[in-house]
Amino acid sequence: MSTVKFLTQNFGAYDVNSIGSYMKIGGFNALRKAVNMEPSAISDLIAAVKVKGRGGAEYDMGRKLSQARAVVGENKIVICNADEGETTTFKDRELIKNDPFNLIEALIIVGYAVGATDGYIYMRSEYACYRPVILNAIRQAKSYGFLGENILGKGFDFNIHLYSGAGAYVCGEGTALIRSIEGKAGRPRMKPPFIKQSGAFARPTCLCNVESLSLVPHLLMDDQEFYARLGSGDSIGSKLISVAGNVNRPGVFEIAFGTTVREIIYDLAGGVQKNRAIRLIQFGGASGKVADASVLDTPYTYEGLRGAGVMVGSGGMLIIDERTSVLDFLLMNQEFFSEESCGQCTPCREGNLHIKIILDKLAEGKATDEDIRQMKKIAQVMSVSSLCGLGETAQNSLLSAMKVFPSVFQPGGKNK
Amino acid sequence: MLTAPRKDYPLAPELQSKIDLVLESHDYDATQIVGILLDVQELEERHYVPEATAYYLAAKLNLPVTNIFDCLCFYAQLSDKPRAKYPIQVCNSPACRVNVIDTKRLLETLESLLDIKIGETTYDGRFTLETISCFGACDRAPAVRINGQVYDHLDSREKIEALLRSLP
Repeated sequence: MSTVKFLTQNFGAYDVNSIGSYMKIGGFNALRKAVNMEPSAISDLIAAVKVKGRGGAEYDMGRKLSQARAVVGENKIVICNADEGETTTFKDRELIKNDPFNLIEALIIVGYAVGATDGYIYMRSEYACYRPVILNAIRQAKSYGFLGENILGKGFDFNIHLYSGAGAYVCGEGTALIRSIEGKAGRPRMKPPFIKQSGAFARPTCLCNVESLSLVPHLLMDDQEFYARLGSGDSIGSKLISVAGNVNRPGVFEIAFGTTVREIIYDLAGGVQKNRAIRLIQFGGASGKVADASVLDTPYTYEGLRGAGVMVGSGGMLIIDERTSVLDFLLMNQEFFSEESCGQCTPCREGNLHIKIILDKLAEGKATDEDIRQMKKIAQVMSVSSLCGLGETAQNSLLSAMKVFPSVFQPGGKNK
Repeated sequence: MLTAPRKDYPLAPELQSKIDLVLESHDYDATQIVGILLDVQELEERHYVPEATAYYLAAKLNLPVTNIFDCLCFYAQLSDKPRAKYPIQVCNSPACRVNVIDTKRLLETLESLLDIKIGETTYDGRFTLETISCFGACDRAPAVRINGQVYDHLDSREKIEALLRSLP
């Protein structure tokens, strides 16, 4: 099986600096179509193909949009979360780089669908080199009347603002991202109030990932229902995945749901370097779960991966070969979270600290039975009591590794 | 509001006008402070936001200066302390680190070439070694980021040496 071209159909098809070139390939036709539709028809269309939030939380996008529209309040906001901070995840980078006008169009359509007046793109500073492209796309869209007041004569006002992050993983979390947009340090806050009711600047806010948004114009123009015929079971359509680690051809691929993990690694990503054996695969970035090579024949679908004890998450896949031990990998992953925890809530701040200490002991062969029990307990407490998603998911990799590789977690001996 | 007392620091007029240009490009919008600080720190050869600049921004944007320092301390890409002319940011995430060079990892090679440890600056002020979390170049691993530019596929000691020499 090979890649498909639905979400990526515009890649390379137009000059990303020119709106004229984008309109020649049918750009902004989806917006023209959208403003003549009932806003609820747009969210129904998305709900019909069961698009789940592509940032990692897997929340039903059609439902998200209809809920956002139902919230009572003025001056609603749509935010595009381009703070792609999960490790091994760089799919949004490709969408921003190769198809910026589609993203702008998508944001306007979703703004129309939820009744918003402002759109914000929150982009991580690591992607600052794409700022000029996005700013130019916004400027050109404005001069063509696709942004500003009374868009396409429909009495719909909408503007887009580009904001920059500055290297904080936690700012990918909704409430932290919003604080950052408000010009503060990006520390998450308690919910409720939920951001759909009181988000950025205390206005009702709808937060979507780059990939989820980018799908919208394509879905609107998909009269042949090409997308709906892709995929398998409840996982309809295609997904952009990023594969990296010890593979020969790391990169971003658009696959139809149902492609097996083996096909992804060996056909698309060119196999493991020097044909080494696979030690482990981490799905969905740093906060994702791990599996061993037994997952190879699992179809890449939401339910297939869940059945194998992992998840789609952000769409990242990290393949690690036999040279790196499970424990070394866990230590690296733990360093990431120890660094990125914002330190506000006790479970996440202290939990990450103590798990690091126990993992170090385990690596030195000095961990006791009690240490290992304690480590599991801390990880479980973190996942149920942390303030935000970072702390809740930080130990996904450890807890899943404890299930998949029980022999690593033995007291005393230095195990692979 | 809890604010530190405002100080009057003289700023060089050229720097002041450059900062004003940055502020203008952000519409003097105080909510865009993170983006403003990123741009402003690039005006300094040592890539940081000096105290005087922070106070100047606070006055111009009508923000408490504590807000500015809160951001400077919170975000990994912002600094209130001078860095080297070329801060070398090494990706510390598994995706980069599992790609081994000559059995030594990228970081160790850089440490031995520059004869400094993580967080230190070379005696001539040219290089600082920093580790940062994933910057989204996993498909080009192992990679480093220097002043916003990604240098990729650093899979041999020779390539790393050539990179260090190529910087002006």
